[in-house]
Amino acid sequence: MTGHSADLTRRSAAELAALVASGDVSAVEIVGAHLDRITEVDGDVHAFLHVDTDGALASARAVDVARASGQDLGVLAGVPLALKDVMTMAGVPTTCGSRILEGWRPAYDSTVTRRLKDAGVVVLGKTNMDEFAMGSSTEHSAYGPTHNPWDLERIPGGSGGGSAAAVAAHEAPMAIGTDTGGSIRQPAAVTGTVGVKPTYGGVSRYGLVALASSLDQAGPCARSVLDAALLHSVIAGHDPLDSTSIDAPVPDVVAAAGRQDISGMRIGVVRELTGEGYQAGVQQRFDEAVTTLVGLGADVVDVSCPHFPYALAAYYLILPSEASSNLAKFDGMRFGLRVGDDGNASVEQVMSMTRATGFGDEVVRRIMLGTYALSAGYYDAFYGQAQKVRTLIARDFEAAFGVCDVLVSPTAPTTAFRLGEKLDDPLAMYLNDIATIPANLAGTPAMSIPIGLAPEDGLPVGLQIMAPAMADDRLYNVGAALEAALLAQWGAPLLDGAPALGGAAA
Amino acid sequence: MPSITRDEVAHLAQLARLDLADDALDHHAAQLQVIVNSVATVAEVAAEDVPPMNHPVPLVNVFRDDVVGPSLSVAASLGSAPAVEDERFRVPRILDEE
Repeated sequence: MTGHSADLTRRSAAELAALVASGDVSAVEIVGAHLDRITEVDGDVHAFLHVDTDGALASARAVDVARASGQDLGVLAGVPLALKDVMTMAGVPTTCGSRILEGWRPAYDSTVTRRLKDAGVVVLGKTNMDEFAMGSSTEHSAYGPTHNPWDLERIPGGSGGGSAAAVAAHEAPMAIGTDTGGSIRQPAAVTGTVGVKPTYGGVSRYGLVALASSLDQAGPCARSVLDAALLHSVIAGHDPLDSTSIDAPVPDVVAAAGRQDISGMRIGVVRELTGEGYQAGVQQRFDEAVTTLVGLGADVVDVSCPHFPYALAAYYLILPSEASSNLAKFDGMRFGLRVGDDGNASVEQVMSMTRATGFGDEVVRRIMLGTYALSAGYYDAFYGQAQKVRTLIARDFEAAFGVCDVLVSPTAPTTAFRLGEKLDDPLAMYLNDIATIPANLAGTPAMSIPIGLAPEDGLPVGLQIMAPAMADDRLYNVGAALEAALLAQWGAPLLDGAPALGGAAA
Repeated sequence: MPSITRDEVAHLAQLARLDLADDALDHHAAQLQVIVNSVATVAEVAAEDVPPMNHPVPLVNVFRDDVVGPSLSVAASLGSAPAVEDERFRVPRILDEE
């Protein structure tokens, strides 16, 4: 330990909230410790695109004042959080990892940001991401990649690599991610952290800069299942500002995280999401985790979801189609970058120059793919057929949940690969999301939790738990049970084995 | 398998308002072909009688009471604009010269 400060960055969100509530430690002290940690290690990790030091300290002071005056504090009041840079926050830059939005300071809060503020959660800053959330490595950020805290030469996953790395590097005890095809869960898997994609419609998309509107869902990133549940409970719930927001009570995820008992629960191992294509050490840790689940009294069965092998193809037609439409608003007229406005060029020429300059390679690629898939002559064969496959994938889930309470698989087929390794091979990059995409297509909730290190490279492996729509609580029930059993086997949290960062060992 | 010509990519870029250089068009033509060949596997699924799914939850119109609520001020709306004139967004000319 280097002192009190370092100690605070190792605490869970639940512990930090308790320290603030009891008055043992002030919110200002907790936030200051995390800001110090960011100063110390973020030069190496690059999880943050913007650190809102003054705003964070002001929010922390407000929590301390509220406590001193005897006001009721929220369950996470005074706890610092890292916000993915795809979520608006009034007055603070939102770039989505793109040059086209460089310098944009939105005039409004997203609903998620609003709920965090209302709960007294302190936003430290905005985290790095693949441009407009298109990618699985954060290498498509216009501002340079984030580095995996386990090995700085490797990817932290994507698109939410900044949020996952911030949590793994103890720069923040929790973070917000967004998951369109795995962008919360895959970064969680490769950084040894917990990430949850809630049921589609469970968390408001108001103020979330859209990638694919029928797939996008924001959710919690944390170092434990309980912390993720606490954050989930703060951000979830009906929002009249999002027409797809579900008007129903939020499943009691916090209670579920406190329930360790999974005896008699029916858990299905998805046949199509194991075996060929999965790294040996990933498969080994997954098989061991399944054995642990059996040991906890679960009834584990083999389940087939025959259309899952087509999910990746359907996704890479549906997502670009929706994205090419959503990204049409970046035209250089009302906000963001404008290029070539010399007084002679027409609005069309200025738009075309602005977009070609402001968008990176992967964004251009997907806009072109979406434009192609939606164009006359190809619509039925591509977009139309992909929507039918989407129906079949949702039906596979329905059938599987007819015989199982939850499904499990490895979260990602491999551990973290080296920066640059797959950058020029889009198809190889897309394969990282092969196990996470089905839940986005069906709109069902899913979680990734760490289950150990792959023997061949010593890097984290994640297990994915999938549940039916609005049964998010089951993820937390199974996740907490497995987490407790693994912690008992390991004797210490997995992240304690990560290398020290920034020269100063904690 | 449809093959994607360079002219077709140039047309797509024009539709998508992307002013791409020649080498970028070549680069994207080659990569798009590889990706399209891969995603075309959706055609292998027999789905003749299957209804399309465009959304995970049923989409319905959402209404609110017709009352005035807070909205952004002119200054806030124009605050991030690349060019402003007379309290409006200033845009390049919208008509071609002829």
